[in-house]
Amino acid sequence: MRVIEAGKVTEEVRRLCIEANYFLGEDMEKALREAADTEESPVGKDILGQIIENARIAREEQCPICQDTGTAVVFVELGQEVHITGGDFVTAINEGVRQGYKDGYLRKSMCHPFARKNTGDNTPAVIYTDIVPGDRLKLTVVAKGGGSENMSAVKMLTPAAGKKGVKDFVVKTVVEAGPNPCPPVVVGVGVGGTFEKTALLAKKALLREVGVHSPDPELAQMEAEVLEEINKSGVGPQGLGGRVTAMWVAIEMIPCHIASFPAAVNINCHVARHKEVVI
Amino acid sequence: MSSKKIRTPFGPEVARTLRAGDRVLLTGTILTGRDAAHKRLFELLQAGKPFPVDIKDMLIYYVGPSPAKPGRPIGSAGPTTSLRMDPYAPALMEAGLRGMIGKGSRAKLVKDAIVKYGGVYFAAVGGAAALIAKSIKAAKIVAYEDLGPEAIYQLEVEDFPVIVINDAEGNDLYEQGVAEYKRA
Repeated sequence: MRVIEAGKVTEEVRRLCIEANYFLGEDMEKALREAADTEESPVGKDILGQIIENARIAREEQCPICQDTGTAVVFVELGQEVHITGGDFVTAINEGVRQGYKDGYLRKSMCHPFARKNTGDNTPAVIYTDIVPGDRLKLTVVAKGGGSENMSAVKMLTPAAGKKGVKDFVVKTVVEAGPNPCPPVVVGVGVGGTFEKTALLAKKALLREVGVHSPDPELAQMEAEVLEEINKSGVGPQGLGGRVTAMWVAIEMIPCHIASFPAAVNINCHVARHKEVVI
Repeated sequence: MSSKKIRTPFGPEVARTLRAGDRVLLTGTILTGRDAAHKRLFELLQAGKPFPVDIKDMLIYYVGPSPAKPGRPIGSAGPTTSLRMDPYAPALMEAGLRGMIGKGSRAKLVKDAIVKYGGVYFAAVGGAAALIAKSIKAAKIVAYEDLGPEAIYQLEVEDFPVIVINDAEGNDLYEQGVAEYKRA
């Protein structure tokens, strides 16, 4: 049994919240540079240049890339040989979010759904825990923006819809979102499982490095086809017209019930932020 | 690409010179407001009560900035999605608001109000929040401090970069731009 202090969890979550919001991942920076090279619209090219410049300013001046510093979504892979001590695990994560959003001058965006009263510290975090073999603890913090989250969708397709049904659903969802989710976007797709599991798969798909296809050749091909189809739409950077509406599509799939065919699309904006640590 | 320089606030005669697709650099005073502040303003309007700020000829920037670091006027400050303010925008324009800055498409009712009142809807680059903050020189809360990031701020801006989406002639840059690049 390996012992990890709850205080260590808080400290790491605090750091990951700040770093995710200040430092755009290298995969995203590369994807944005490629998009700027590919884009044919002069306005779109100029916008991509501004987005790249914005990421540089945020990194150098250590300030949020976007003012929407997101819901803190925390993915946990907890080794079954790990014993968390000195406090409860969920409280430790939320304390890390509280400290990170305060100390990092990040916006507090969580509120009561009806009264719309802000909780004041960006808690509660949305936490997903998987128990895995081993004695390590992996924490991934996603700062998920609201604009792109609002354009996401789950659909209970029928088995007869097949691959084409999923592709059409994904393309339609992204194209109809138009300028709202801050294109060029990154698209996470979940296929299979149940109503809620397919949505979770779509969110997990957003954690995959941009530019890396699924190891399943069938899904890899589908990712490429969906991306091509989305980019025929003409939506372009910020929806002002252009070739690059999405920079990447990642699909995750698991088996489902013989009666069911659930699929989900989780859209991420061009500020696709996540940072992880293994303790 | 060249940009028009415009001082804000401005009246309908200036708004009517703007066309969808124009790049504009705004200098002067603008207000901020998003979901919760709009709800409150709308309720005041319905109750026939005065606003806590003068909106005549003003632009409202749909933004909830991140907190200012010490020595800075404001934190990162990019636009939020405008469609959530669609139910309130026509009434505010009727009450004197000249235009809005945000991101994303507007409802037909808003586009019609822009034509009717001689207004304008600008987009700023969503997500370019650290870059945009450079053109905000001063910020003070003028109403609804209790709303935190959703409070109404008065901003002093200098060469604040925007692009005209909906103009007073009824043009829509999103529709025009996408049509140009759409492939079968």
